[in-house]
Amino acid sequence: MLIDRYSWPQKLALYAAMAVFLTFILLPFLEMFRTSLSPMSHLFHAPYEIWSDKFSFDAYFAMWKKVPLLGRYIWNSIFIASAVTALTMIFVIPAAYAYARLDFPLKNLSLGVFLSVNMFTGAVLLIPLYRVMNTLGLLNTYWSMIVPGVAFLIPTGIWLLRSYLEKIPRELEEAAFMDGASRLYTLRRVVLPLAVPGIMVVGVSVFIGAYAQQYLFAITFNQVAELQPLPAGLNQFIGYQTVEWNQMMAAALTGVLPVMIVFLFLQKYLVAGLTAGAIKE
Amino acid sequence: MANATQTKDQPTVRAARRGLSEGWFAWMLIAPALLFIAVIVAWPLLETIRLSFTDADMNSENWVGFANYEKMLQGAKFLEIIGRTFFWMVLSVGLKLIVGLIGATLLNAAIPGRALFRMMIMPPWVIPIAIGCIGWLWLYNGQFGFASGMAQRLGIIDGPFEFLAYKNSAFYAAIITDVWVGTPMVSLFFLAAMQGVSRDLYEAAWVDGAGRWYRFRRITIPQIMPVIVSMALLSAIWTFNSFEIIWIFTQGGPRGGTTTMIIDTYKTAIGNFKFGEGSARAVMIVLILGVFSLLYLKVLDRVNKHYGVK
Repeated sequence: MLIDRYSWPQKLALYAAMAVFLTFILLPFLEMFRTSLSPMSHLFHAPYEIWSDKFSFDAYFAMWKKVPLLGRYIWNSIFIASAVTALTMIFVIPAAYAYARLDFPLKNLSLGVFLSVNMFTGAVLLIPLYRVMNTLGLLNTYWSMIVPGVAFLIPTGIWLLRSYLEKIPRELEEAAFMDGASRLYTLRRVVLPLAVPGIMVVGVSVFIGAYAQQYLFAITFNQVAELQPLPAGLNQFIGYQTVEWNQMMAAALTGVLPVMIVFLFLQKYLVAGLTAGAIKE
Repeated sequence: MANATQTKDQPTVRAARRGLSEGWFAWMLIAPALLFIAVIVAWPLLETIRLSFTDADMNSENWVGFANYEKMLQGAKFLEIIGRTFFWMVLSVGLKLIVGLIGATLLNAAIPGRALFRMMIMPPWVIPIAIGCIGWLWLYNGQFGFASGMAQRLGIIDGPFEFLAYKNSAFYAAIITDVWVGTPMVSLFFLAAMQGVSRDLYEAAWVDGAGRWYRFRRITIPQIMPVIVSMALLSAIWTFNSFEIIWIFTQGGPRGGTTTMIIDTYKTAIGNFKFGEGSARAVMIVLILGVFSLLYLKVLDRVNKHYGVK
């Protein structure tokens, strides 16, 4: 359309600005990739060279031997984040529905309690949290990394899903309710199917949160090597004498690749879902 | 939107829904989440408050009243740390909002390649923060890193510059990384909000001869203001408590130059096993953020009213 048309200097400026913006976003990844290709001798070499003819993919093969559990760490990260997401959604969906649709005593106060959880991170409550994990017998299990993750993601999940549910028209629910359907039936059979896009979006956001923030709980509550997620497992490339930087970068990039690919394609639905949640009635 | 049938039906439905049964049903729905939070967050929080009045360490625990608080507030460093934490928060959140807004505007522009660009901003957000930090750590390396290497090549500096070895440069290096981690999410939320703005508004303004900048200032910004304001609060709280980046980069150094409240708390409690003093610091964080959020929500309320959001 005419309103969307740009003159060519405008286009040029847009692309130039985009290039600067994306360089900022992607620079660390490019640097990680360059490092992963460099032989160790080349890494500790001044002056700095961007390109070298000594580049090779050797580190991508050597890393599996250097840290035999690497595959396990990659899997653990994905497994922990998935478990956190599934559990969080089980808690979030009913609660978000209650806040979006129902009137009940202490509604605002209890919502405030949930949201105030956002003010804490694991790092603030680490000491007593360690004791709770100990009391529940969860230290050094997957649960010790899953349970706190769920607790800190529930509030944001409720907040996001609530605003999405508020946008779904009430008429269908009310019709079902008038026809004598029970509240639980209405929730399961009428609201949930309508809310699937919103649930997906919130689920994706929760997964991202769970995947991004597993480091602290892992290094504090778990000492079993087989259970460590990737960020904690990468420490094994740090030796007493040398740090295998190139293998560490190769392992980091390889480890996040599966999740990254999935999310590159989910991005479209994420924005669409957030938009749908943001449109006013 | 409302039609005659709806207005007739609604009071009946409302009436049927009010009363005990709806309240109980609602509480049944939120109870599991609330219980979970009670055990994993509320109880540790109460425990933190209790510990803050003791001299707890690995072995013993005695009641000491307000001694931890007195010691903390009398320490010359503490006010400095609070000031630094607010500076960290304001600067980082401000940059995230500005860069996020610019990013969202660019990603919203109708240019070829848009879908690809939107994909390319995802990575910093979807990878573990600790892994992003490893990339930046190498980037900031004085001898062999990109930043120092490039600056030397361009003749900006003469010799290697170790970014994380000096108070100021380490602080701003951590800020840049924090902005990098936070920007994609802010951009995507702003982008989603921009796409929710009705096209009619833009077309009407366009027909009246309003230019792009005018439309951005007078339509886009007011329309997405509620999202900007609530994103700013969430982002402020997260940034205030941002832990991993500083911890991985400098552990609060050099000479305390990057020590924010959360780092100070962690160091005192976990690093030196002074659980009592660490807990007093944790309580301070909660108090400060609590007051900050309340003030902020007042502002949010006013902004929403001003822009006609319920």
